[in-house]
Amino acid sequence: MSDERVFMKGNHAACEGAYRAGCKAYFGYPITPQNEVTEYMSAHIWEHGGTFIQSESEVAAINMIMGASATGARAMTSSSSPGISLKQEGLSYIAMMELPMVVMNVVRCGPGLGNIAPHQGDYFQTTKGGGHGDYRLITLAPNSVQEMAQFIYDAFILADKWRNPAMVLTDGTIGQMMEPVDYASMPWMDPPDKSEWQLDEFQEGRERHVLTSIWLDPVDMAVAHEKLIDKYERLKKEEVRYDEYLTEDAEVLVVAIGSPSRVTHSAIRILRQEGLKVGLFRPITVWPFPYDAIRKYADSKRVKAILVPEMNWGQMIEDVKLAVLDKKPVHFVAKHGGLTFTPEDLTEPIRAILKNPEEPNTLWHVS
Amino acid sequence: MLLEEYVFAGFGGQGIMTIGQIIAYAGMIQDFYTAWIPSYGPESRGGTANCNVVISDEIIGSPHTHHPNGVIVMNAPSFDKFEPLMAPGGVLVVNTNLSPQRSERDDLSVVYIPTADIATEVGHPVLASVAALGAFAATREVIDDANMEKGIDWALPAHHKDMLEMNLKAYHEGKKAAEAQLKAAAK
Repeated sequence: MSDERVFMKGNHAACEGAYRAGCKAYFGYPITPQNEVTEYMSAHIWEHGGTFIQSESEVAAINMIMGASATGARAMTSSSSPGISLKQEGLSYIAMMELPMVVMNVVRCGPGLGNIAPHQGDYFQTTKGGGHGDYRLITLAPNSVQEMAQFIYDAFILADKWRNPAMVLTDGTIGQMMEPVDYASMPWMDPPDKSEWQLDEFQEGRERHVLTSIWLDPVDMAVAHEKLIDKYERLKKEEVRYDEYLTEDAEVLVVAIGSPSRVTHSAIRILRQEGLKVGLFRPITVWPFPYDAIRKYADSKRVKAILVPEMNWGQMIEDVKLAVLDKKPVHFVAKHGGLTFTPEDLTEPIRAILKNPEEPNTLWHVS
Repeated sequence: MLLEEYVFAGFGGQGIMTIGQIIAYAGMIQDFYTAWIPSYGPESRGGTANCNVVISDEIIGSPHTHHPNGVIVMNAPSFDKFEPLMAPGGVLVVNTNLSPQRSERDDLSVVYIPTADIATEVGHPVLASVAALGAFAATREVIDDANMEKGIDWALPAHHKDMLEMNLKAYHEGKKAAEAQLKAAAK
């Protein structure tokens, strides 16, 4: 452990990650449980030569980010579930214009206004679209305060590398908690050169830069589409990230992200003391999703079953099912309403699954 | 493996969140893994509030503490809510100024501390939570006083540093009161 550790809230650490990545523009509107981002940005982005605007709405904020990133600046917004819904139109336009920017969703419980407790109900929205049209967000899912900072930092790098919006998808628990953070892995940096495409002042003799999301002629639109799709296919090959904990000998593999992956960690420790072989597979990129890495476990003779705990009605489990291809039973444990998992919520079903990999109480059926 | 799981609970404004942050920060500089999480729901807009603190010598899994082994209750509703949830062998600090209950459990170590009285005597009623933290440190000897003192200093905003001495005094007076009770109980 480094001596450089500071003790911070997840939402604050995300801002520090952004500053270190050279973020110079934050526009947003307050909403619990991510208010600390707006608050901290309003207090500190000035110290890093940046600009903060509390916008009149989330819709305004995402469109301001569109403008800022079009000029080549590293720009970010954040919100929580209902506010992220409002940003979807803007995200769709940003994706089609191939503008690099970062958005963070500190997910709370929906649908509707729901409540402010931690939840994971926005997985589909983030990874399967959200806004209209055929686009993808590079999506990173942190499970600690350290990763809140690191993944915002990484999201800026990925967004610029691919000229694509990047999402940091987290939950109220990770946003609200305080933990030690070490910024040594996040050296201060400037944005890369974007002079090839960014919008700036008129320059004699230079071809004009156009950023648009409209191609009225389908033939032209098809070309624009193919360019996007080619990018997404390369992203799927090159940027898949995940983390594994005690998976080498695991007979039950738990696939979890966000705060449920933390509780899984505790549950695995309890079960390992009983000699039960359980491991955690944690997708770090939920888009692109680590299908191939999970499929290896599905192909393994050792693995008896796979369990997915989610604070929702079953969303990421559909991607896990696609990875497993019915080669192994897949089980689901849910937590609803903004309630959080206890280790016992997981240890009990895992013991049952180890006894009977087809345990009917938790078995997930596609229907 | 060291796995300390605490709940500190009371009314909003009593300093519950801050003393949780102090011990979690102190744990960090003592080279432990630590995590702190507040109740940030409707209750933080009035009524009871609480925070969870986890301190461990291994990477922390769940930051939530469902069966805490260390609890401070600063008011009566918090006693009723958290005393029954405690893990056997846990330690409980009860603020007797606002929580008249006595624990009937024989598997807990409990100290009853008039934290508001101690705080007022030291110089300011706002110090009650720090006095409770001192009492807690006497019952749960995991974090050194020196690190707790650094934690108190860290938690004080720049414009309140003149309150540092008073805070440290409240911490140590709370600790003394708990030590006297533990000593008497041991006899």
